[in-house]
Amino acid sequence: MANIKIPIGPQHPALKEPESFSITLNGETIISMDMRLGYNHRGIEKACEERTYIQAMYLVERVCGICSHSHSTCFIQAVEEIAGLAVPPRALYIRTIVSELERMHSHLLWLGVAGHEIGFDTLLMYSWRDREVVMDTLAALTGNRVNYGINTFGGVRRDISKEQLDGLLKTMDVLEERTKYYIEVASQEMTLIKRLSGVGYLSHEDAVKLGAVGPTGRASNVDADVRRDDPYLAYKDIEFKVITDTHNDVFGRTLVRVGELMQSYSMIRQLVAKIPEGPVTVKAPRKMPAGEALSRYEAPRGEDVHYVKANGTDKAERVKIRAPTLANLQSVAKMMENNRLADVPIIIAAIDPCFSCTDRMVQIKHADHGRQETLSWQALHAQSLEWYRKQGVDFADLNAKMSRRMKI
Amino acid sequence: MIKPGKMVREVLKSLFLKPATILYPYVHVQMPDRFRGKIKFISSRCIGCKLCMRDCPTNAITITKVGDKQFQAEFDLDKCVYCAQCVDTCPKKALEATVEFELAQLKRGKLKVTFHAEPMPSAAPAAIAESAATSHPAAGA
Repeated sequence: MANIKIPIGPQHPALKEPESFSITLNGETIISMDMRLGYNHRGIEKACEERTYIQAMYLVERVCGICSHSHSTCFIQAVEEIAGLAVPPRALYIRTIVSELERMHSHLLWLGVAGHEIGFDTLLMYSWRDREVVMDTLAALTGNRVNYGINTFGGVRRDISKEQLDGLLKTMDVLEERTKYYIEVASQEMTLIKRLSGVGYLSHEDAVKLGAVGPTGRASNVDADVRRDDPYLAYKDIEFKVITDTHNDVFGRTLVRVGELMQSYSMIRQLVAKIPEGPVTVKAPRKMPAGEALSRYEAPRGEDVHYVKANGTDKAERVKIRAPTLANLQSVAKMMENNRLADVPIIIAAIDPCFSCTDRMVQIKHADHGRQETLSWQALHAQSLEWYRKQGVDFADLNAKMSRRMKI
Repeated sequence: MIKPGKMVREVLKSLFLKPATILYPYVHVQMPDRFRGKIKFISSRCIGCKLCMRDCPTNAITITKVGDKQFQAEFDLDKCVYCAQCVDTCPKKALEATVEFELAQLKRGKLKVTFHAEPMPSAAPAAIAESAATSHPAAGA
C-alpha cells in the first residue's frame, strides 16, 4: 500500500491549540510525523525587554495558563540571583506550597484531558470536580484561580495565616483519598489499561537522546527531577521520591502523574509542619544591577528554563524562556511511529502539551528594503559555527569528533 | 490485576449526589476576601505620585490632577489584568481591590471607569495623612 500524508491542524477538533502535524500513513499505521510550530507566537520575550521588571513579571506569569506560577517563579529566581536578594525563608515556603498546589491542579487536569481523549468522559468529570478543590484553595490563598500573582521581587505578596494552613491539611486529606481511588482505577480498570498500554512507546534510550523532560521522561525511566537534582525554593528541606516508571507508554505517563500527586500531598504536609515564622518580603530595587542568570524550575510538564540578562536599568536586556513542551516535542514524533491514526490525540495529549508557551521564532528583517526571511535550523547552525570560527574556535571539528565517539 | 467495571460503584453513588456545579448566575458566587477584582480608588488619599501608572503592566490607570491636591483616576477595565500591583505599589493605600468580578459589558465605552475627586474639606488632609501613617507600617515590614 502506498504511503499517504494527512495534515492535522492547525485547526483541529482533537487539538486544543493551533499546531500543524503532517502524518505519513501506511493504511492505519503511522510511518512518521512532521510538525510545524508558530501559529500562536505572541512575542513575549521581546515584550519583556520593553517593560520594567515588575511589569515583565506579570507578563511572564501569563506565558502559560496552567503553569503560571512556574514561569513567574523561574523568572523571578533569575532576577533575584542577579540582584543578590536574600528572600526570607517563609516566602520560599509559601512559593513552594503554591507551586505544589499548581502541580496538583495541572496533573488532575491532565488526568481528565487524557480520559476525554480516550472517550472516558466519566474520568474527566470526576477528576475535574476534584480539581475544583485545589482551584478554590489557590483562590483563597493567593487571590485568584489561575494567575495567582503571589510572587514579587524579594518575596511573596500575601502571607498564609494559621487557619489557612490548617485548612490546607484538611484539603490534602480529601484529595489524597480521591487520588488513591484514581490509582486503583488506573491500575485495575480494564478499559484504561487496554487503551493506554503500548500506545506512544518511547524507549529509555530514545527519551535520553531526544531530551524528554518531566513526567514524559520519567515514564521512560529517566530519573531526573530539578527539585531533587538542583534544589530551589524550599525543596532541600523536605523529603520526597522522584516517581519513575518502566512502562514507557501513555499508561506509564498516567501512573507517573498520579504517583506525583501523592508525593505532592506529602510535600504540602511537610511544608505546613516546617514553615518558619518571619517576614514574607524584603525590599527589592527597581533597577537591577548588570549581570546574567539562568534559572531552572520543575514545572508540572517538565524542566522550565529562563535566562535573564540585566544591564543596570529597570528593564531587562534579554529574556529567554524555554518551556518544557519544546523539550518534549521531538519525542512526540518518535512516539507516533508504528501507532494507529486513532492514537494521535492521546499521544499528543500524553506529553501534556502547551503549544502557545512553546512558540518562539527568529525573523530577520533586512534594513535596506524590508525583505523578511526566517532562518532555518541548519542555516542558524551554520551561522553559529561561522561566528565561532571567526573567534578562533572550530566547533565543526569538535562535532565530528563527538559523533565519532558516540558511535563507539 | 484487571477487574472489569471498577468504576461502577462510584458511578451509581454519583447518581444520588447533588450536582457538583453551581447554578450560576441564579446562585451568587462569593469570592474569597483576597480576590483581586475591580480596583477602587479613594481620591482623598491620593498624593499624585503616579507610581501606580508606572508599575501597571498594561497602562490601564491614568491619574490626573484636577485641582489643588485633588486627583481623579481613570481605569480601562478592558486593559486591566487584575494583578493588583497598583494596590501594592500605592504608598498611601489610595487603591483597593474589591471582590467584584462581573465586569462584562456590551458597550466598550462602559469599560472606562472614572473615579472623580471628592470635594475636600479644609481640615481633612492632616487627618488622612495620620490614618495612612498608622496603617502603613504593617505593610512596609
